[in-house]
Amino acid sequence: MELRFELNGRDVAVECEPQQTLSEVLRNRLNLTGAKISCEVQVCGACTVLVDGLPVSSCTYLAYEAQGRTVTTIEGLEDRDRTLHPIQQCFIDEFAFQCGFCTPGMILSVKALLDDNPDPTDDEIIHHMDGNLCRCTGYVSILKAIRKAAAVMKEGRE
Amino acid sequence: MMPLRRFAIHRPADLREAAEMLDHYGENGSLYAGGTELLLAMRHDLLRYAHLIDIKTVAGLDGIERRDEHLHIGAAATHRTIERSAVVREQLPVMAEMAANVANVRVRATGTLGGNLAFAEPHSDPATLLLALGGNARAQGKSGERTLAMDELLAGAYENSLAQDEILTGVDVPVPGPSQRTAYLKFQVHERPLLGLALSLELDDDGGVIREARCAVGCVSPTPCRSATAESLIAGPADSLEQRIEEAGEALADEAALTDDREGSAEYKRHLIGVLLRRAARKCLNGNG
Repeated sequence: MELRFELNGRDVAVECEPQQTLSEVLRNRLNLTGAKISCEVQVCGACTVLVDGLPVSSCTYLAYEAQGRTVTTIEGLEDRDRTLHPIQQCFIDEFAFQCGFCTPGMILSVKALLDDNPDPTDDEIIHHMDGNLCRCTGYVSILKAIRKAAAVMKEGRE
Repeated sequence: MMPLRRFAIHRPADLREAAEMLDHYGENGSLYAGGTELLLAMRHDLLRYAHLIDIKTVAGLDGIERRDEHLHIGAAATHRTIERSAVVREQLPVMAEMAANVANVRVRATGTLGGNLAFAEPHSDPATLLLALGGNARAQGKSGERTLAMDELLAGAYENSLAQDEILTGVDVPVPGPSQRTAYLKFQVHERPLLGLALSLELDDDGGVIREARCAVGCVSPTPCRSATAESLIAGPADSLEQRIEEAGEALADEAALTDDREGSAEYKRHLIGVLLRRAARKCLNGNG
């Protein structure tokens, strides 16, 4: 089947099989390796990408489902001049990662949260991020980065 | 990474076509609604289907609306849709609260109520709550439509009682009156709840007497279960419920036929049932259920 969707602001068309997952198409056909594969059972969140703004587990989400939709991966977050997205910058500023394997998924989950709820409480952040696991940094610095990103993005809008 | 075996996806235009497809493909075909459970089982080769029938393509199957005394929730409604639905939040807030805590944010965005119930995973949150709320499943087959109570739909672990050509189209949940209080609580340390418990109380006009109770426990048996003994113990004066609740918890635990397994000992699960039932009763009676 021919799959057409908007990927990080550009229209793409790619041949794929019905049983192929979105992460297989992104990583193996389109060479976007930002979405990581880990648990493969929708638990860890390392493979998170956004489809029409909502976070999905690209390791288990059929590429077929992306037909005609808008997909955002970590590669699509920075500006055209390569300035990092405020969420990316805040993760660096707050040392919110060590090995970085969970980070693309974390950042995309945060983007979904802040696009929907620009000023979340700590409880709302923790509830939303509950399905993104990090095995090395610890979650406190991630929470700090998210709080800071919310503040920076709010400032940007004012 | 283990790739999925090859399959074809079919897109029925309506329920009749979907029913015909199910009948035609027989054991080689399955409905596909969100894939959050089905695809995991297929990836691990626990299930093999050469044909998936994408039931989401049937228009209107994700609708949520008030129908007489019921709230109808379409089978293809995602957990997120239910969580955010204005009508659910207003008329059945406990359902919205439950949906907001299913699995994680990604599963909620793609997983559907119908898929969850039809897959009959013993750790289903919606199944336990709907059993206590008296929700009914609607099923459509080639020869017509029928209604099944939750305990009729759920035949066993990963087993539903739908016929080969039948499609779960949604659930009808009685809209609670002003004197009904319902709470759903769960205990969870890993990705699936270890125990889910729902309690629904029908109070008299001044709230002093519990006229009727329904309670259900999930996760610890092949399907969620109720206990008539527990329910009759809970009914009675509200202010002395605390004195009856321990015995009610024991009765519910007896009904669940608890076993020791990797999720915990039967003794531990019995303890949790007691704790969650007491908390659910408090939540109901404090008026925020």
